[in-house]
Amino acid sequence: MITLIRSTALAAMAVALSITTVPADAADITGAGATFPYPIYAKWADAYKQETGIGLNYQSIGSGGGIKQIKAKTVIFGASDAPLKGEDLDSTGLAQFPMVMGGIVPVVNLEGIKPGDLVLDGPTLADIFLGKIANWNDEAIQKLNPDAKLPDQAIAVIHRSDGSGTTFNFSYYLADVNADWKEKVGVATALEWPVGLGAKGNEGVANNVAQTSGAIGYVEYAYAKQNKLTYADMINKDGNKVEPTAAAFSAAAANADWSSQPGYGVILANQPGAESWPMTAATWILVYKKPDNPDATADALKFFAWSYAKGDDMAGALDYVPMPDNVVKSVEEMWSKDIVGSAGKPLYAE
Amino acid sequence: MSITAETAYSSSSAANIRAAAVRRFAFTDSLFHILTRLSAALVLVILGGVAVSLVAGAWPALSTFGWSFLVTESWNPVTEKFGALAPIYGTLVTSLIAIVIAVPIGIGIAMFLTELCPRSLRRPIGIAVELLAGIPSIIYGIWGLFVFAPFLQVHLQPFVIKLFHGVPGLSSLFSGPPYGIGLMTSGLILAIMVLPFITSITKDVFDTVPAVLKESAYGIGCTTWEVTRRVVIPYTRVGIMGGVMLGLGRALGETMAVTFVIGNAHRISASLFAPGTTISASIANEFTEADGELYTSSLIALGLILFVITFLILAASRFMLMRIERRAGS
Repeated sequence: MITLIRSTALAAMAVALSITTVPADAADITGAGATFPYPIYAKWADAYKQETGIGLNYQSIGSGGGIKQIKAKTVIFGASDAPLKGEDLDSTGLAQFPMVMGGIVPVVNLEGIKPGDLVLDGPTLADIFLGKIANWNDEAIQKLNPDAKLPDQAIAVIHRSDGSGTTFNFSYYLADVNADWKEKVGVATALEWPVGLGAKGNEGVANNVAQTSGAIGYVEYAYAKQNKLTYADMINKDGNKVEPTAAAFSAAAANADWSSQPGYGVILANQPGAESWPMTAATWILVYKKPDNPDATADALKFFAWSYAKGDDMAGALDYVPMPDNVVKSVEEMWSKDIVGSAGKPLYAE
Repeated sequence: MSITAETAYSSSSAANIRAAAVRRFAFTDSLFHILTRLSAALVLVILGGVAVSLVAGAWPALSTFGWSFLVTESWNPVTEKFGALAPIYGTLVTSLIAIVIAVPIGIGIAMFLTELCPRSLRRPIGIAVELLAGIPSIIYGIWGLFVFAPFLQVHLQPFVIKLFHGVPGLSSLFSGPPYGIGLMTSGLILAIMVLPFITSITKDVFDTVPAVLKESAYGIGCTTWEVTRRVVIPYTRVGIMGGVMLGLGRALGETMAVTFVIGNAHRISASLFAPGTTISASIANEFTEADGELYTSSLIALGLILFVITFLILAASRFMLMRIERRAGS
């Protein structure tokens, strides 16, 4: 009797093992980092798994966390909304490339103001977030909006309270267009905000703006759209009034000089071009040039190549903007040159 | 003859059995003794381990900023200048608001439940209080953000701001703009969260008052108020203090609910309606994205400060209790 039980148990174990070995052959790709691209990475991963059986385990713990995790080698790739500098990439042996883009939009809650009714420019936006412009009927705002009826109401500034790549890109733009901002506040994923209220995450800012009359905040375009918030149009570097659209985000990316920075570390804020949205932001992937686990990195590169090739429509559906073809081509050339296995053989073959 | 031999034999075997039993009892007793002592020692080891790792993690920040870390309001990740004053202020003020509101209400509920409540109501109210304690803090956070804060923003805050406008002192304590979230809202949410702790512990210690004591007080003609005030509360003050301390401990360390409704701004404002931050909210908000050793270390230093604050408050309450006991004894 006991032998019977034992043999049954062994057989059950053998079956269980053989089941688990199937996915073990096709191990999941592990990654961690930025929260902003998480929805599109999840969507790509889902479609990719259906096609190839290889899944993605992506932890959206924030850009800073992604950089920490890849440096600690606990994941195959890291993801960050703030690019690493050239010297950081050299000292750590990491390769960096942009994966997808999005736009940051200023959102407001003002009675009688509909989407597209309000226009702002960079310096004015910075002055509002500095607290120098504290009322909606301030001359500077009225001058940009001669036809709008702006209320005599205090501006309630809402910003991110958690560290965020969105804040990095937003503050990069404000510092680029306003010397006072550059000197007093600066550029980082977390800031010492001169005024306002901190809310956690894009959803927190969106919610607080929606609740507070007279509020202004900044969120990823997708959140503004989903929450039906009133976004403001912007005056871009060329002096044109632009609306936040996928076309305007693409224009900024197309006008950027991607080869100018090591690791494609171009911040897309305030790019030239008549159509360019001034607060466009890319998000980056980090992998080791000589990975400890070459097979896993090769799997990850295959996934990224697949996403570049087939993921554009999915990105568009979620209000992200795919990378331009010339950038993709250049990134794939970099892969086949720089990212190598133990014998110096490239891990990515076109 | 044979009978005596048998009894002799049986009595000696009985003695053996008894000795074996005693040995067994002695063994289990000493084993029990060792186990309980180990458990008690484990607490000290864990506490020591936490303290040591906090100090080690906080060391880069503490050695860079020194004592000024405690009195600097600035919290600037760009220039890497960090000070803990704003979170310390926020932590103490929100906890104080919570305790000031929750202690009288909690004691009131406990008094009602033990002394005045009709039997049929006792269970439903008791269960409701315990349910309040069982709600996860994230639920309080979401409720606070979506329901409570908008209510305060639209109905209460504009009214209070207008009411105290121009009154010296109070006008700056309650000044706008009415964001809805801020120190006051956090304090109110914390009060709701610590209320069940204070209530249920106070109720339990009130139940320990011997009926004889209360009956004799009633017997000499005391009113219910006098019995509670002169007999029940003095008899149970150590337990009440324990409940208050447990509530205060929860208020000081509460993270999720506060993060949702405090406004997360590293600033000290005179107004209770202004956004602020607490130690635990700062850590929860910023830890994931804190890049750079000094930034991370400053957040751990905040944790160390919270550890020390909690320790100091517990020590102070022990000291206070000791003095009360001594005075009562003399």
